[in-house]
Amino acid sequence: MCDHCGCSAPKHSHAHDHAHAHGHGHGHAHDHHHDHDEEHRTIALHQSLMARNDRHAEQNRGYFKGRGTLALNLVSSPGSGKTALLEATLRDLKNEFRMATIVGDLATDNDARRLRASGAPSVQITTGTVCHLDAHMIQHALEDLGNTPVDLLFIENVGNLVCPSNFDLGERLRVVVTSVTEGEDKPLKYPSIFQNADVVLLNKVDIAEAVGFKRELALKNIREAAPAAVILEVSARTGAGLPAWYDLLRDYTRAKPAAHHHA
Amino acid sequence: MHEFGIAEGILKTALDTAAQHGAGKVELVRLRIGALAGVVDEALTFAFEALAEDTPASGARLEIEPVPVRCYCARCDREFEPPRFSYRCPACQALSTQVRSGRELQLVSIEVS
Repeated sequence: MCDHCGCSAPKHSHAHDHAHAHGHGHGHAHDHHHDHDEEHRTIALHQSLMARNDRHAEQNRGYFKGRGTLALNLVSSPGSGKTALLEATLRDLKNEFRMATIVGDLATDNDARRLRASGAPSVQITTGTVCHLDAHMIQHALEDLGNTPVDLLFIENVGNLVCPSNFDLGERLRVVVTSVTEGEDKPLKYPSIFQNADVVLLNKVDIAEAVGFKRELALKNIREAAPAAVILEVSARTGAGLPAWYDLLRDYTRAKPAAHHHA
Repeated sequence: MHEFGIAEGILKTALDTAAQHGAGKVELVRLRIGALAGVVDEALTFAFEALAEDTPASGARLEIEPVPVRCYCARCDREFEPPRFSYRCPACQALSTQVRSGRELQLVSIEVS
C-alpha cells in the first residue's frame, strides 16, 4: 500500500491525490459554453512539472532530519565504480557509523547483493525501464528499511548522467562519481548533473597513467562545471584518497545534533 | 528517456484541468523549459503527441519557451548569462555558484475549447 500519494504504479492503483478535482459541484453554471464551442480559453497554471516529486523530496528531507540520517544521492554513468566505492566505504566505516544503502538498477539486484555482503542493510529498487530514481520510490524503499537506525544512507542512483539530475530525492548531498576512464570532458557533456553537485569523486586514479588521463584538464573541467563542489580524487580499489572522502562524511554527520554512534 | 514521464505528467494535468473547466478539448499547452533542465524538446513533444492520441488533448500543440541560464556573481553583485555553461562572471572571472534560472520545468498554461 502506498500511504504517501496516489502513485501510479500498478500495485498502488488508488490514485487519490487529485480528489480536489471532484470538489467543483458548481459545474452547471458553465452551460453557456455550449453556445461558444469554437471559443478558446486560456487557463493559467504556472506550476512546476516537478512539483509532485519535489513534495515527496521535502517529506524525505524531513524524515532524514528527524532521524538524524545523512542521506547522499550518488549519480554517475554506468561503470564509474559507484558500487566498488560503496563497498569500500561500508567496509572501512562499519565500526563508526550505522549505514544502509538504497540501490536503483534497471534490471538486476547484483549491486544490492554485493553491498549486502558488507552486513549493511540494502534495499533494491528495480526501476524496469525508468532511467532514474524519484523521491516517491525512495519513500517505499524507506518503508522497507523500517525502523533500523541509520547514520549514513547511500542512495545509489541508476547509472545515467542525464535523467537523475531533475529528481531531488531529499538528499543532503548530491555526489557525482566519475572516473579517469571516462575522459576529461565528461563535465562539459553533462552540464546539468554537474552544475548542482555538492561533491565530485574522481575515481580510478590508480590507473590514470595507463589510460593517458590528463589530470589538470579534467580537474579544470570539473571545477568549471561544478563550481560549488568539493572535488576528491580517489581509488576505490587501492584505497587512495578515501580518507578524505571519509573525513567529509564525518564532517557532515558531526554537523547534526544527537550523534549517538559508538564504535 | 525521462521525457516520457514528464509528458505523462503534463497530459494528466492538462486533461484534469480541462475537465474541471468543462472544456471538451485541449488545444495548446505552454511550457517553460530551462537550458539546464536536461529535457530535449523534440523527445518531449514526441512523447506528448503519442500519449495524447485518443484523448481530448489529441492534436494539441506544445509551445515551449526556452529559459536561458542566468548566474549571479556575488563579487560584482550582478546577474549574467554564461556562455555555454561556464558560470564564470565575464567581468571578474569569478566562478558563480548561484544559478538563478535555467533549471525550470514549468507548465505555464493551457488553451482549451
